[in-house]
Amino acid sequence: MGQPDLRTRDSSVGAPAADAAPPLLPGRGRRPVSKRLAPFGYLSPTLILILVLMVIPILMVISYSFQDNVIVERNPVFSGLANYANVLSDPDFLVAIKNTLIFITVSTAAHLVLGLTFAILLNTDVVGGVTKAVFRIIYILPWLFTIAVVAVIWRLMLDPYGVVNYILTSVHAVQKGVDWFGDPSTALWAVTFVNIWSGYPFFMISLLAGLQGISTDMYEAASVDGANAVQKFFGITIPQLRPVLISMAVLDLIWTSQQFALIWMTTGGGPLNATEMLSTYTYKQAFSSYEFATASASAVIVLLITLILAVFYVRQQRVR
Amino acid sequence: MTAVTTQTMRVRPETATKPAERVATRASKKHLGLKVGVIAGLTLGAVFAGLPVVWMLSTSLKANGEVFEIPPRLITESFSFDAYAKILGDPLQMRFFLNSYIVALSVTALTLFVAILAAFAFSRFSFRGKEAVNVVIVSVQAVPPITLVIPYFGLMVGLGLYNTYPGLILTHMVFTLPYAIIMLTAYFNTLPRELDESVKVDGGSGWTALWRVLVPISVPGLIAVGVYTFMISWNEYLFALTLTRTDDMRTVPIGIQLLMGQHSYEWNQMMAMSILGSIPVLVLFLLFQRRFIGGLTAGAVKS
Repeated sequence: MGQPDLRTRDSSVGAPAADAAPPLLPGRGRRPVSKRLAPFGYLSPTLILILVLMVIPILMVISYSFQDNVIVERNPVFSGLANYANVLSDPDFLVAIKNTLIFITVSTAAHLVLGLTFAILLNTDVVGGVTKAVFRIIYILPWLFTIAVVAVIWRLMLDPYGVVNYILTSVHAVQKGVDWFGDPSTALWAVTFVNIWSGYPFFMISLLAGLQGISTDMYEAASVDGANAVQKFFGITIPQLRPVLISMAVLDLIWTSQQFALIWMTTGGGPLNATEMLSTYTYKQAFSSYEFATASASAVIVLLITLILAVFYVRQQRVR
Repeated sequence: MTAVTTQTMRVRPETATKPAERVATRASKKHLGLKVGVIAGLTLGAVFAGLPVVWMLSTSLKANGEVFEIPPRLITESFSFDAYAKILGDPLQMRFFLNSYIVALSVTALTLFVAILAAFAFSRFSFRGKEAVNVVIVSVQAVPPITLVIPYFGLMVGLGLYNTYPGLILTHMVFTLPYAIIMLTAYFNTLPRELDESVKVDGGSGWTALWRVLVPISVPGLIAVGVYTFMISWNEYLFALTLTRTDDMRTVPIGIQLLMGQHSYEWNQMMAMSILGSIPVLVLFLLFQRRFIGGLTAGAVKS
């Protein structure tokens, strides 16, 4: 392909100035402009997408949250903080906040513990390389299934007549089959458990990489000094992994707080709001009750919570 | 004992005056115990991780009446692939698969194209506002989909993209693009600048350098990013649920949910559909495991 063709394409991607540059004028002043604009040419598709599908929608949802009669009706009116007052005084919303807090903290803590445990088990040289590779694939499996699949698997497993209840009744841990997702006293723990199952592999993979990055010299030196396994774990492993552990924990809090599909497909937020989360609450307000204004206020609150976590995350990254 | 040790460790040095043999026997005994413990732990973990998957497979090969039989059995007399045949013979289910492939492949191709351009800008140019744009791209990843889904609904209806492929493709890209840009920028940064400079010396433009030199040698990085992008799009649920309306536009995750909502539960068919729906991601992962995990952890630790 000829050069001129490529050049035209180059300019068409973004920098109009380059296109306009007449070849007769020798460079001065012109070229720097096109050169300065070139990176924006390359960035323009990204910037347009972010503007149209991120910046504008966020502004839209913020403005909806201060109005009434949005989207479904055509005569939006300014309503000040009324939507926020509605949301914050809605007992269902407060329950959703409480449930979300329990859900994200328990999930994240369990992800850390399980991820680290499995990573350490996989990092020992007790079993051979092939065995280890097989175990690693098995351990990653839960993460490879889409949440819709995870939801149906566990609805099957945790059915009152399902395998889990069969095992538990055979060892007399429970009297008769429990409807884990259907009983208000167990539903929140059931969805949290399923979320733990589907999410720990990501931690495991990252922590395994972290573990492999720790120099063996440190462990050897510690052995020479007579340190035992526990001392090595708290003296070397944890401090070395600290940055990864913290940043992953914050990321996980953010991601888990956004979990919608799992709850929607296992309990739908029920029974009796027992598993209502900020995400399901917002979704129901919008797409079940068509209260888009209230939903927008709730959505903005969710965004603010995420923002706080994100600022914390960025701070952590800086400190590193 | 050495300076290095005391520097790097907070573990208190213990007595180093044990008789050599005692240490040796204790070590081998300890080694055996450790080995048993590790293998037990690994097995227990594998049951936790793998049993549900095995059970899904087993259920998909049973007759529906046997799904909850007591005691549960892995393989029953009615072992057959009937459930798979039902799914594969149902044009509606196949439509879900077609939709998922169209959307996920388009998202992957478009994400790679747009991300290559952006990563080139980040990696090879210094420009005003670079840091700001970078911050925006990183923070976009954290914006909750549930916050966006409300304005998207209004926006897509307004733009005439509601219940269309482009509507889904564009919204998926919002979540695939930032990660792709961050990973590819990191990848391009590892490639020496002399490579593209040499093209420029020969009279080629930056565009030529990018597509003729950088992209061809970045294939491993592009594969990792592409696999991840495909996975995100294939698995996406919330936008697929809210931005499509008719059955002919639904994707696989929604198809699984629709199957769950139907008449009496056909568990064997639900599991067969789930397995068929997971195959693309499983195959991609197994094929590109190494590259993928490498890229993923690099991204996770870095970004």
